[in-house]
Amino acid sequence: MSVLVNKNSRILVQGFTGNEGTFHAQQMIDYGSPVVGGVTPGKGGMKHLGLPVFNTVSDAVKKTGADVSIIFVPPPMAADAIMEAAEAGIRVIICITEGIPIADMVITREYLKGFDCRLIGPNCPGVITPGEAKVGIMPAFIHQPGSVGIVSRSGTLTYETVDQLTKEGLGQSTAIGIGGDPVPGTTTREAIELLMNDPDTNGIVMIGEIGGSMEADAAYWIREFGTKPVVAFIAGATAPKGRTMGHAGAIVGGHADTAEAKKAILRECGISVVDSPADIGTKMKELLG
Amino acid sequence: MNLHEYQGKLILRKYGVSTPEGILAFTPKEATKAAQDLGKNTGTTRWAVKAQIHAGGRGKGGGVKIAKSLDEVGQYAEQIIGMMLVTPQTSTQGKLVRKVLIEENIYYAGPEPTLEFYMSVLLNRQEGRNMIMYSPRGGMDIEAVAEETPEAIFTEMIDPKVGLTGFQARRIAFNLGLSGNSFKNMVKFVGALYQAYIGADASLFEINPVIKAADGRIFAADAKVAIDGNALYRHPDIEDMRDFEEEDPTEVEAGMHKLNYVKLDGNVGCMVNGAGLAMATMDMIKMSGGSPANFLDVGGTADARRVEQAFRIIMKDPNVKAILVNIFGGIVRCDRVAQGIVDAYNNIGTIHIPIIVRLQGTNAEEGKALIDRSGLKVHSAIRLEDAAKLVDQVLK
Repeated sequence: MSVLVNKNSRILVQGFTGNEGTFHAQQMIDYGSPVVGGVTPGKGGMKHLGLPVFNTVSDAVKKTGADVSIIFVPPPMAADAIMEAAEAGIRVIICITEGIPIADMVITREYLKGFDCRLIGPNCPGVITPGEAKVGIMPAFIHQPGSVGIVSRSGTLTYETVDQLTKEGLGQSTAIGIGGDPVPGTTTREAIELLMNDPDTNGIVMIGEIGGSMEADAAYWIREFGTKPVVAFIAGATAPKGRTMGHAGAIVGGHADTAEAKKAILRECGISVVDSPADIGTKMKELLG
Repeated sequence: MNLHEYQGKLILRKYGVSTPEGILAFTPKEATKAAQDLGKNTGTTRWAVKAQIHAGGRGKGGGVKIAKSLDEVGQYAEQIIGMMLVTPQTSTQGKLVRKVLIEENIYYAGPEPTLEFYMSVLLNRQEGRNMIMYSPRGGMDIEAVAEETPEAIFTEMIDPKVGLTGFQARRIAFNLGLSGNSFKNMVKFVGALYQAYIGADASLFEINPVIKAADGRIFAADAKVAIDGNALYRHPDIEDMRDFEEEDPTEVEAGMHKLNYVKLDGNVGCMVNGAGLAMATMDMIKMSGGSPANFLDVGGTADARRVEQAFRIIMKDPNVKAILVNIFGGIVRCDRVAQGIVDAYNNIGTIHIPIIVRLQGTNAEEGKALIDRSGLKVHSAIRLEDAAKLVDQVLK
C-alpha cells in the first residue's frame, strides 16, 4: 500500500507536449510510472512519447480511464487546467506549476469543493511512491521503497530528506510535496492524515517552513489522533519578518508563524523536532529503532 | 510588490473608494504649490505632509506632519524630503525620503465627532479565502490592539463565489457604531474597497485609519497596498508603479538575472537551489556559529553563468567572510554544477574569501572530485553536516 499514487494509477500529463511536460513525462515513463497519455488543447489525435494526446481532459478520461493527472501548464492557464481535471473526474490532481496568481487559487479551491478529488500543490515537486509511480519532478534514484512517509512544502529540501533516509537504510512509502504557495490544494494536516491511515507507513517526516499555520494545525491533529512517530524540521529560523523567502507562502507575518513558534507548538504536541536539517534521517532512524 | 501610499490611493479612487485629495511633490516648492492648488480645489486650510516610503509607522519617525499654513507646508517638506526616515519597520539607518504627498485636511470641524477605524482586506490562509478585518480602534498598531483588546477586532470571511454580500457590508458598518449618512457611506466604502482589492489582484489592502469625518463622509486616510507578484502580468499599469529606488539595488540586480536574492546582515553568504533548502542552509549557518548574509535561490539551472552572477552578487556585500554553496543535484547533475563553479571562479579571478561547496545528489562524487582536482581554494563536502563543520572551521 501507499497513498495517492501507485502502480495501478492511470496517469495523464496536462501540458504534455511543452518542454517541461515532455522532459518530465519521459522521466516518469522511464521510472516505470503508469502514464497513459496527455492533454494539449489543439494537438488531440497526435502521438507524443509513444502515447496518445487529447484536446480535453474529459476526452482523455473517456479513452484511457485516467484517474491521476500531473499539470505542467504555464501559470496564466494552470488554474483552469486544475478545474478541467476535476470536472473530468480525475481523483488526484498534482500541479507542478509555480507562479499561479493567488486569486486564481482562491476560486479554484472553492470550485474543487464540488468534486470528489484531491489537489496536490501547486508549486510543488509532486508525489512519488518509490518503486511504483513517480508523478513529479523529483530525482528518482535517491528513493527506495519502504515505510517512511514524507510531507513537505519544499522541493530540494524533500530530496535532501529522502536522501538522508535512504542512506540510513530507511525506504519511503510515499513522499508528498504539498508545495510552497499560500493556498495549497492539500494542507500539511491532510497529507499527514493520509499517511497516518496508511498501513504501510510506519513513521512520518514533516518538512515545514515559516508562514501560515499549517504545521501547527497538523501538530494539534497529531497530538489527538497520531499513532506513528513524527520527525519535523521547520525551515526559516533565520528569516527576517515581512520578507518573502522564495516561496510565496514563506513569509513571517505575526508572532505565530515564526519557525520558533511553530517548533514550540510541535514539541508540545509530542513531535520530534530537529533544529538542523542534517539530523532528519538519523532522528527517524533512532525513533524507528 | 509593495506600493506607495499615493499609488495605493490612485487604485482606490479608480474603484470609487473615497480618499483625501492629494498631490505628490518632490521639492518643497512643489509642495507649497500643491498645497495652494488643494486649497483652491477643496477649500482646505490645513494640509498633511506625508513622506512616501515603503514602510509603515512613518508618523512615529517624524515623516507625517500637519501644516497650518502654506509656509509650514514648505518647512515640513524641506525637513522631510531628503531625510533618512527611521520607523519601526525600517532598518536602524532608515530610508531616504524622495517625495511627499500633500493632502487636504480631513480632520475638520463639523456636527459629528471625527472617528478613526482600522480596516484591511487580506487572504486568510487557513480558509483559503479573503477576509475583511476591521476594528473601531483605528489609528494605532493593529497588532497591539489584537494583543490588548482582541474583542475589538472583527472579521468577515468572503465567499469567493459571491463576493462581499450586502449584509456583510452592513454588519461592518453597524459594528463600527455608525448610523444615518455615515452608515450608508461606510457600506459603500467597504464594497468599493473589496472591489479594488479583487480588481488589482492585491494581497493586502490596509487602511489605517479609515476616517469618519465630522460631516459623515468616510475617507481612506492611509493606504498600505501590496500586489500579488504572480498576477502582475495582467496589470501592466500597476507593474509600471514599481519603485526600484525603494528596493535594495543588489536585490534588483539579482532579479534581473532571475536569481531570487534577499540581503540579510550576516557574514556567511550562501547559494542554494530551492527556497526551502536555502532557508534550511541559512539556519544551518547560524547553528555553525555564523550568521547568514543572504537568501539566494539559484533555481533549477545552476550553470556557470548563473553561478558566476550569484557569486558576484553575494560578494558585493563587504560583510561576507565566507560563501557556502549548497546544491542538491536532481535533474541538474553535480559534476555540471562543479564545472560551473570552477569556471565562475576562474572568470571572476581571485576570490579572497573561503568557499565551501557542498554537492549532493546526481553525480555528487564526480562533482566533489572535480572541485578537489581543480586546485582552487575551495572546500568541498557531500554530507550536509560536513558542510556545517566546514563553515565553523573557516570562520575560526
